[in-house]
Amino acid sequence: MYLYDDRDRCLLRERVRQFRDQTTRYLQGDLPEDQFRPLRLQNGLYIQRLAPMLRVSIPYGLISASQLRRLAHIARTYDKGYAHFTTRQNIQFNWPQLPEVPDILAELAAVDMHAIQTSGNCIRNITSDEFAGIAPDEVEDPRPWCELVRRWSTFHPEFAYLPRKFKIAVSGSESDRAAIQIHDIGLQLVKNAAGALGFRVYVGGGLGRTPVIGEVIGEFIEPRHLLTYLEAILRVYNRYGRRDNKYKARIKILVKVWGAEVFGARVAAEWQHLKDGPNTLTEADFAHARQFFTAPAYEAVDVAAADATVSACAAAERAFARWLERNVRAHRVPGYCAVVLSLKPVGVAPGDVTDAQLDAIADLADRYAFGEARVTHHQNLVLADVRRGDLPALWRALKAQGFATPTIGTLSDIICCPGGDFCSLANAKSIPIAEAIQREFDDLDYLYDLGDLTLNISGCMNACGHHHVGNIGILGVDKKGEEFYQIQIGGEAGSRAALGQVLGPSFYAPEVPRVIARILDVYVQRRLEGETFIETYRRVGVEPFKDSVYAKAA
Amino acid sequence: MPKLLKAGSFTIDAWRRLDADAARIADGDALLFPLPVWLARRDALLARDSSHTGIWLNGDEEPEQIAADIHRFGCIAVNFPTFMDGRGFSCGRLLRERYGFRGELRAVGDIFVDQLHFLRRCGFDAFELPDDTSLDTARNCLDAFSVHYQAACNPA
Repeated sequence: MYLYDDRDRCLLRERVRQFRDQTTRYLQGDLPEDQFRPLRLQNGLYIQRLAPMLRVSIPYGLISASQLRRLAHIARTYDKGYAHFTTRQNIQFNWPQLPEVPDILAELAAVDMHAIQTSGNCIRNITSDEFAGIAPDEVEDPRPWCELVRRWSTFHPEFAYLPRKFKIAVSGSESDRAAIQIHDIGLQLVKNAAGALGFRVYVGGGLGRTPVIGEVIGEFIEPRHLLTYLEAILRVYNRYGRRDNKYKARIKILVKVWGAEVFGARVAAEWQHLKDGPNTLTEADFAHARQFFTAPAYEAVDVAAADATVSACAAAERAFARWLERNVRAHRVPGYCAVVLSLKPVGVAPGDVTDAQLDAIADLADRYAFGEARVTHHQNLVLADVRRGDLPALWRALKAQGFATPTIGTLSDIICCPGGDFCSLANAKSIPIAEAIQREFDDLDYLYDLGDLTLNISGCMNACGHHHVGNIGILGVDKKGEEFYQIQIGGEAGSRAALGQVLGPSFYAPEVPRVIARILDVYVQRRLEGETFIETYRRVGVEPFKDSVYAKAA
Repeated sequence: MPKLLKAGSFTIDAWRRLDADAARIADGDALLFPLPVWLARRDALLARDSSHTGIWLNGDEEPEQIAADIHRFGCIAVNFPTFMDGRGFSCGRLLRERYGFRGELRAVGDIFVDQLHFLRRCGFDAFELPDDTSLDTARNCLDAFSVHYQAACNPA
């Protein structure tokens, strides 16, 4: 993973000093609340319903064991002993005290971590694929490119007061696991006919109250021009994005009003001035970024022996076999695999971990995965480089810590925002809905029979739970002070990104599991051999689901 | 009265913004002309010496409109209507990097000290700040960072 040099550390020290000074001036009354607000937000600090919330950046989801231990220490010392992984590969603390935040930032800086630009109207954390560098279907490792974009966007002087927040995601694989088409900018690494590497550039994707799938404005941008092209997009947006209405201020609105073609032409015109300028990348820049993302020291594994160990354990223990099927992923190196740690046991808010669990993950990463873990946008964790022969031992250790729930990619692996229990924006609770669904559908055989299926829940139309792109999406709405839930189906976040369709009138919370059951029944009745939920939906359309959900009792 | 921060100190402001409806334009005064005034009376104003001819650009006014005349100005003031409106940052870089403006580039309007570092990296070298601004705080804010990850404008 990326290792900080003296320059990076100097920057973090100066950031801590700057924020300590700003906090002091605010607390002394020398810095007004309205001016402090954008400054604290650009340090990830929100004032929430119950207490401040601090969002810490985990660039493209990569985290080391020592960093995990530091997060555990912060959770213990400054919080109530837990933390929350988000859908953008970051982590949040929900109970820090404002006067202590500079100390927390200093603790983070000591392990090369920070909260820079995790909120506010600026370029946020760059996200990517949790299987980067190990996925068999990878065209090119996206992480060096994420790192180059991260550096360029960090404290970019021109883009700290954009009309609204700005999110960039990078994918290096054929199947997009970074949901790039629902980002302000999505970068897809591709190879042209000559085998040269470039970026397909999507703009204007996003969820929230106006969900939009991004459109391509650059079919093939050469790597050396990546930053100048991004700078052109950001400059056009900074100058012409709406600032009079925060609900119409995202880049997607500008792209929609102008049309992707006009927007693309404006960007191309701006780019002509910036292209080949000082932010042009060189071979030396590529080499510098790439050196941090080399493969770990894989050992030559006796694959046959490892497979025999795994098969024997699977034959003896049904639970291990299930976990193997759902939570273990292929790796491009023979004898290795990636293991997904579920943060979705029933009864725990999706993405929540305790300080002890963070320490335990650090120990497991050291022991089984070269001291590194990854955060996924599904709010789980991944140990990316595990020897197959270690799987039985790792599984037992994960089971003991509550990370072995064998439901990755199933209905029960719910993406869910913090909702009305924590968030001041929410219209409705989301975590109890997730829990009710997990309890209703707790039969693993049924979950496995349903197969790959995403269920996403947001507590309001800001859509932090990505409900628009869940195969089943649930949105909390407020009607005259009462909480209701609108249900949609047909959304998808990957390479075939699509927005779900609302089924119809919304439901009371206790009705939700029954409605989900009806939707699933339609799928089970109508599916063809081997068809996933989303494939059946695409074939039969929304009507059969609507008919069943709203059917009058005979 | 706002204070003008320049070259690390508060200085006397030599420039005055011309009222849009001013009847008389004094030859010797250092004046910042609102863009519409400049555009309307450009032919007459071109005769003025650049050392006392300046432009006042609002957030929604485009630097492209003065590109051809850029070397006729001793000072350009870019107005920030609110401190959350970041268009002026792009405007500053365009004036410096694209149009090659080398005179005084002044940030005016609703700005505050914690924006100074980024403003300077976008080409500004003079800053109109509220009357009660502490010089120490302003200097600290200007020099908040000693390292940078991207090319922008270097301080003059």
